[in-house]
Amino acid sequence: MRPPPPPSDERPLVLLAQPLFPDFAAALASRFRFALAADADAADAAEGRVLLVGLKPVTDEHLAGLPALELVAGISVGVDHVDLAACRRRGLSVTNAGAAFAVDSADYAVGLLIAVLRQVAAADAYVRGGRWPADGDYPLTTKVSGKRVGIVGLGNIGSRVARRLAAFGCAVSYHSRSPKPSSPYTFVPTLLDLAVGSDVLVLSCALTDETKHMANREVMEALGKDGVLINVGRGGLVDEPELVSCLRDGALGGAGLDVYANEPAVPPELFGMDNVVLSDHRAVITPESMRGVLEVITANLDAFFSGRPLVSPVQL
Amino acid sequence: MESLGVLLLHPMNAYLEQELDRRFRLIRLWDAPPGADARAAFLRANAAAIRAVVGNAGYNADAALIDALPALEIVASFSVGIDRVDLAKCRDRGIRVTNTPDVLTDDVADLAVGLAIAALRKIPQADRYVRAGLWKAKGDYTLTTRFSGKRVAILGLGRIGLAVAKRAEAFDCSISYHSRSQKPFPNYRFFTNVVDLAANCDVLIVACLLNAETHHIVSREVIHALGPEGVLINIGRGAHVDEPELVSALLEKRLGAAGLDVFEHEPFPPEQLLGLDNVVLVPHVGSDTEETCKAMADLVLQNLEAHALNKPLLTPVI
Repeated sequence: MRPPPPPSDERPLVLLAQPLFPDFAAALASRFRFALAADADAADAAEGRVLLVGLKPVTDEHLAGLPALELVAGISVGVDHVDLAACRRRGLSVTNAGAAFAVDSADYAVGLLIAVLRQVAAADAYVRGGRWPADGDYPLTTKVSGKRVGIVGLGNIGSRVARRLAAFGCAVSYHSRSPKPSSPYTFVPTLLDLAVGSDVLVLSCALTDETKHMANREVMEALGKDGVLINVGRGGLVDEPELVSCLRDGALGGAGLDVYANEPAVPPELFGMDNVVLSDHRAVITPESMRGVLEVITANLDAFFSGRPLVSPVQL
Repeated sequence: MESLGVLLLHPMNAYLEQELDRRFRLIRLWDAPPGADARAAFLRANAAAIRAVVGNAGYNADAALIDALPALEIVASFSVGIDRVDLAKCRDRGIRVTNTPDVLTDDVADLAVGLAIAALRKIPQADRYVRAGLWKAKGDYTLTTRFSGKRVAILGLGRIGLAVAKRAEAFDCSISYHSRSQKPFPNYRFFTNVVDLAANCDVLIVACLLNAETHHIVSREVIHALGPEGVLINIGRGAHVDEPELVSALLEKRLGAAGLDVFEHEPFPPEQLLGLDNVVLVPHVGSDTEETCKAMADLVLQNLEAHALNKPLLTPVI
């Protein structure tokens, strides 16, 4: 039960980089006093120690003019839209959604993988279009169980994807910045080697300067004409024009995409392909994830305001 | 073995057909001219030679066909479900029947879980939405509910049911089931009553064989117990479900969602489902992968060869 707002407003001040989603505002308003940073009065701008950011880019300009700022708190797990170098220079801490979205992201990655390999979306369209009586049985697809799956980034999302696919008898390997000794899966030192040895590549790592366009033509060709790319990370992880051309040329077998380089723009050439499943960045849009991220945000803000360690700090 | 006359009931698989032609004396039922009389004449003309029939889920050795084939010795089905084979008649005539268990277990279980995630998370609907150019603003969103942790109930805990359970467990789903008898899996909750099973789950997956007892096992009462948040996944047979009841429950939102691979009158799924966003419809593709169809075909061929050589059948039903 949330306590009622105290009589004199003792709620800590949280500045906002953009208006909160209505459900978030409703859930948090009794605990914190919000003010839009752009419209903040002089007192709030001078006092504000926390900036809660949304999905829009956050630049050094947003941070300047907030002399008391110590924490940039995000509502997403990706913080590639925040100028982390500026945060580092200013000595700020940054928090993200932590593991709040990991379960739904992992479920969605597996759902996309099955949908691509077994052509579930295309077969569904086939039935809806009346083609089953007209054109007969749907063409054969390929088995999911036993496929060699390469996971890029074995963090909260990647490790959950691995566990799920292992239950389908998939052989799971992974590539990440460094091996995870406690993981039962095979570490592969380069992304290219991972692609060579995999039937499916699942991208579940953060977008940074190092990982931008990591899935390039070479990697996709290594994955090959029967290979499948699943992206539930960020569109920027993939060289999108090359992805389209590899799919068009048959150099890559298929793709399941929840994210794109310039959302909501999706390369229209993909619309005619049966070996591709397209989704509108909805992997984590569930009530369960929304509850989860609200808990993480609240926990981070509570920790910050009581001087305790942050719950989901991002390493800068 | 060229002397083994094999009647293939339908062009079900190119590799199977090619190998039957190569190894045996293949007769294709669809070579008969159209019409019941012409077909009957065709069967009469070939009856002396036909010692084997190869059928599948949709086309199999029913009473009429068995009666028309006095030399029939074996029915080798390109399927694991043989509800369309008249087993009683085969038993009476001493006709052997084989099916294709195990080799298709993974594919069907993969699809069951894939359909459950697709139905709950509305994956095909997202794909349609994007392809129709409807995703205009980054802020648009459709809320769907998490799959992990859902209570999964399985009708039939045979090979396929167990494979579904193993996969669902990796998503932290709790598993309950109904089958003819309790199985030695203490972590899976057993229900003697299908309505109770449905009332206590979020996702009900049909994975039992079809016979007189399981016809319409998913009845109006069961659908009601599953409820407006419930999800039905059918990878068994269309006749497991009271289809008109299912359709009206989905239209009236008394049932939350469904993922269907099978229908009562294939290839005709109910028209009213074709426009719904809370169903996923696929055309009986449960075991339709290159890898599995080859393995199924090889099993059919091996069973026929064993029969021709008087050796033990590999996967006999009777």
